[in-house]
Amino acid sequence: MSQLIPAFDFHRMVVSPWTDAIDVYGWMVLMAFLVTATCGLVGNYLILRRMALVGDAISHSVLPGLAVAYLATGALSIPIMFAGALGAGLLTTGLIEFIHTRSRIKADAAIGITFCTLFALGVVIINVFASRVHLDTDCVLYGELSYLSRGADEIAPQEVLVMGGVAIVVALLIALFYKELLVSSFDASLSASLGFPPKLIHLALMAVLSIVIVSAFESVGAILVIATLILPGATAQLISSRLSACLWLSVVFAAISSVLGLHLSLWIGSSMAAAVVVSGTGLFVLAWLFGPHGLLRSRAATHNAIDGGKEVSSAGRVTE
Amino acid sequence: MISRFARHGRKILMLLLLALVVASPAHAARIGDVTDTNAWEQALRFFSFRDDGLRVALAGCMLLGLNCGLLGGFIVVRRLSLVGDTLSHAVLPGVALGFLWNMSKHPVAILVGATLVGGLAMLVVNVITRTTKLKQDTALGLVLSSFFAIGLCLVSIIQQLPTGNKSGLDKFFFGQAAAISEGDLWLLSGTSLVSLTFLAVCYRGLLTLSFHRGYGETLGLPMSWLHHVLMLLTSFAVVTAMQAVGVVLVSAMLIIPAATAYLLTDRMHRLLVYAAVLGVLTAALGAFFSFLGNNLPTGPFMVLAGAVFFLAAFFLSPRHGWLVRLWRQRSRRLRTERENTLKAMHRVLENRQFHGESVSLLELAQLRRETLEESRLRALELQRAHLATLSEGGKELHFTPQGWQQAQAIVRNHRLWELYLTNIMQFESDHVHDEAEKIEHILGADAVRELERKLAFPQTDPHGRKIPGVREADMAPQPTSDLTGYKS
Repeated sequence: MSQLIPAFDFHRMVVSPWTDAIDVYGWMVLMAFLVTATCGLVGNYLILRRMALVGDAISHSVLPGLAVAYLATGALSIPIMFAGALGAGLLTTGLIEFIHTRSRIKADAAIGITFCTLFALGVVIINVFASRVHLDTDCVLYGELSYLSRGADEIAPQEVLVMGGVAIVVALLIALFYKELLVSSFDASLSASLGFPPKLIHLALMAVLSIVIVSAFESVGAILVIATLILPGATAQLISSRLSACLWLSVVFAAISSVLGLHLSLWIGSSMAAAVVVSGTGLFVLAWLFGPHGLLRSRAATHNAIDGGKEVSSAGRVTE
Repeated sequence: MISRFARHGRKILMLLLLALVVASPAHAARIGDVTDTNAWEQALRFFSFRDDGLRVALAGCMLLGLNCGLLGGFIVVRRLSLVGDTLSHAVLPGVALGFLWNMSKHPVAILVGATLVGGLAMLVVNVITRTTKLKQDTALGLVLSSFFAIGLCLVSIIQQLPTGNKSGLDKFFFGQAAAISEGDLWLLSGTSLVSLTFLAVCYRGLLTLSFHRGYGETLGLPMSWLHHVLMLLTSFAVVTAMQAVGVVLVSAMLIIPAATAYLLTDRMHRLLVYAAVLGVLTAALGAFFSFLGNNLPTGPFMVLAGAVFFLAAFFLSPRHGWLVRLWRQRSRRLRTERENTLKAMHRVLENRQFHGESVSLLELAQLRRETLEESRLRALELQRAHLATLSEGGKELHFTPQGWQQAQAIVRNHRLWELYLTNIMQFESDHVHDEAEKIEHILGADAVRELERKLAFPQTDPHGRKIPGVREADMAPQPTSDLTGYKS
């Protein structure tokens, strides 16, 4: 069994990434942080709206979107990629809605049917037009965080620039529409009566989600992107009930898990995306055990906190 | 009723067992070995069943379709559809651990490891939803992706071991029916047999679990045990199916046939049978199409075949199909409109004490407060249904015998109901018209008989108008020549 645990070389795994090899690993950590933080911000809303698995669905159905966009244009520049993902994301939400409102199929089955079918379609398209579509299905599934290289005349690798742009746009959107998103997430009818149409906000959220997913795609892959969507927000929501605090916390957790992920991946030699997610899982388990309502807190302490009015249960807090 | 369930269940079980026996394992070879044939030759090869490897692959696909369809029935009605998705991803660490057991791709070790980890994953989902405020969907997504990430890390550790070659673990992603070997076939048969036995033995318990868990618990039935065994079997089914269908799409084999069956029937035992049959069909079709082009992945084609069945059921299912329901609504609306026109014609005739037999479009339009053009459209609609005939000039409308009978029936329904509401339900007589307008189209013959009996075969309604009786259907407006046949 001992051969299973790789040797731990302190200098190579902890010191050198931040000193002589910073030019390689710095970009990887920054990229991982940008991906995890952006996904985490959007993910907070997904969790609140109980749509965590819609994220799962969209992350899979982006594949046919990319394939069709590729077939239609013959190349995959960034705007075309975004357009394909956007189309696929909106189509997915539309189809899910259509199936479960027009028949007796429940929402969960509708999600499963939609994304499995779209994903299958994507795989078939890629297989049939294999000569023309150069999408690497392995990359789509696992993602790849390495190979970030900076051209001589660029400030940063192109992927990092794009992801940074998406991150800034998402953060700005959340800051601008904070109130609208908050109200529509907790109370759709209040939101409608205040003049923020919940359907429109839902669609806009889905559009942003598809953009975020497709830009995170190359780095973490279709399956792990679900983790980056859900983990930071879920961890944050175990600690606080305030949405603004949750958003900040999820960014902090994103930063911690990217750094830890780098070291973990260097140690066990796995892909960095998986290691980042595993560290995020570690954070979640810690919050689950030691958080304010954690498993290891005694019941008495929890009761005191509730009686003292410090924490009010989950969804009750609508207004700030 | 319950005995009927049991009887059906046994018959179905026998059939399915027979299906298992028939799908006997054959000698193994890989399909897709031949590379330079065209689709037509491939199709011939497929249907001649000459190829041993092909037979194994096909039998394997059909067995997994059967198994997934059966278990999927319960998963879908319990709204746990995404459990399959979670399981298929979360078992990756189990696959890796099973590989670590003796450093080879031994199917049984991998199966045991994966099934146990699958069970663990469902337990973690359960504990997360119970002990935190996170909801089930979040818990499923969390477990799915974090287990998957742990699995990826394990796999990369394995790949660095001196003994760990690529190990073929990455073949698990899209699935290839050709990868089913004879040993896998035995495994698949065993899995299907275990699921079938479990479903047959615990059928009633599972029904209670699916539709009324609380009731089962008060009876002291082991509900949570049934739940856990069902989850364990599902993770078993997912793991065995993964080789042929692939990780990402295996959940589709659980959901799609069962959801299609759910659109076709309301009875659970039928749902299970339909789901099993659809699962087998889907799997066989998927195998066929992936065989046509050499070495195409099997999973996506199975899912697409399933999606075609689902779409057909979604639009055309006799009871729940979307188009069928739209069509039914439309024909109901048209019938109501026709009956209202007939009633208006009757009213026109009644207003002139049944003098003359024709109703002019002008009178109809005045009564219904609509334009002449609208009345003409309604008249044409009646003519199309053979309920009335339009005269040469297109100005006069005559009842056909059929139309006259229907008009009387509808007026009778209306007035009987008004009388019922005033006399028995104590409604004011000026409050009953709107209610009667709605129900006159729905009342069945038996209900009308019963109303007549209850009201002692009344002659007039609360407003003093005559209720046309059954026996007086002959009191037609003066018969014209074309009505003579009907009179006798």
